Amino acid sequence: MSDRSKADKGRAILPLELRDVVFQAGGKKLIKDMSFTLSGDRTTIVVGPNGAGKSLLLRLCHGLLAPHAGQVIWHGTTRGGQPGNGSDLAVRRHQAMVFQRPVMMRRSVAANVDYALGLRGLSRAERKARTEEVLSHTGLAGRARMPARVLSGGEQQKLALARAWALRPQVLFLDEPTASLDPAATHALEAIITAIRAQGTRIVMTTHDLGQARRLADEVMFLHRGRLLEMSPAERFFTEPANDLAQMFVRGELLWWRRRKERDPRHDP
Amino acid sequence: MTDFGAAFQAAITLVLDWEGDLAEIVSLSLRISLTAVAVAAVVGLPLGAALALFRFPGRKILVVLLNALMGLPPVVVGLVVYLMLSRAGPLGVLGLLFTPLAMTIAQMILITPIIAALARQVIEDLWDEYAEQLQSFGAGPGRAVTALLWDARFSLLTAVLAGFGRASAEVGAVMIVGGNIDHVTRVMTTSIALEVSKGDLALALGLGIVLVTLSVAVNAAVYLVKDAAQKRQLA
Repeated sequence: MSDRSKADKGRAILPLELRDVVFQAGGKKLIKDMSFTLSGDRTTIVVGPNGAGKSLLLRLCHGLLAPHAGQVIWHGTTRGGQPGNGSDLAVRRHQAMVFQRPVMMRRSVAANVDYALGLRGLSRAERKARTEEVLSHTGLAGRARMPARVLSGGEQQKLALARAWALRPQVLFLDEPTASLDPAATHALEAIITAIRAQGTRIVMTTHDLGQARRLADEVMFLHRGRLLEMSPAERFFTEPANDLAQMFVRGELLWWRRRKERDPRHDP
Repeated sequence: MTDFGAAFQAAITLVLDWEGDLAEIVSLSLRISLTAVAVAAVVGLPLGAALALFRFPGRKILVVLLNALMGLPPVVVGLVVYLMLSRAGPLGVLGLLFTPLAMTIAQMILITPIIAALARQVIEDLWDEYAEQLQSFGAGPGRAVTALLWDARFSLLTAVLAGFGRASAEVGAVMIVGGNIDHVTRVMTTSIALEVSKGDLALALGLGIVLVTLSVAVNAAVYLVKDAAQKRQLA
């Protein structure tokens, strides 16, 4: 392993700071002047109605998208930072992301995990041991040699989590990982997420499910139409959110208000 | 019908007798076509994958050009290769004209665009699916191309088979650069053309049946290998 790789391996990438980040598409601002800092080892749940910019935010943080304005700063280093401070790739190697629709490579379950580990330069023996470990922890050990694509939706999402877990990331981004799953599969995935969190990984997750947010969150970010309207400890967010729209969202009334506003633009909460 | 009956009889006789000449022609045909396919696959598959993944100025023009080259007229390719390899041409000093290698080069030029264009489409579709995940893993372009080629291998076999089909059926280019010299550059297609010109339609049809049978056999073999590999993956 090179000196640079060794340095990257032991390096802490948090805190993550967003400064006045703007992202636009088709001339429309989808993320508007967003600023916040994530640190510690908490679980942050990002909530908000459809189109709030939750998935975009995760992609911006993870480096899959570049902001049109503002900065995404990992441990004081701007993405695409100065030589010697680590490149985008070096920072991303300490992160992992699981998408709403899990991407299953056309390989076996074990090979899916092995491929991701191979990219991190692990030896064959290390890859094998880690693959067996995460598949065992996620209940997929018996499926190791099956093609990943024949797994059920819940199992595929478990595999996506196992693959991410195997990378032992400092930060794990989860984009609505349980969006299309039944309650049993959702419960199983939440247990895995809790286990990953218990090993010290910082979780940043989007969800529409307020019950799930209550169960998993230490901290909640509330987004609405590309703006961060509230970021507060979970307990406070669910009992006395400071923002009016966040209050309506928690009460499940935001959608009604939006519909009423669309009918009568003069109406405001 | 008489011709077809005679052709079948000629074909059966040809295969049963399996004379030295036929064995030589079949062997040379397969050697030239399979070598051309192998080289074209080595060049065309990564080229198609690169075109699928990378965005650069002029890429769209290159894609259109590559697609257009799938219909490259064999006689034009034959003529260009002939001019390049002829004694007065820039590569004349190599003395390759009227050799099996010249025929292989001509076939390779003909089928590389076919394999590359089909591979580009297959890889581009898979890349649409994989892109975010591979970027998230931190896969560089080289690792991404390798992963895509491996994961799309069963679909890419079809592209390679299309190349083989074109190569084995090709007559214009190999006739020009090979010269159809007996025991040197005579292959199945040029033999058929020769027998037709001599008026021996039965023998020409017989050779045609052997050629089609060989083509079916190669495709069947590849299909069986592909099927077995897929089944092993599902086991």
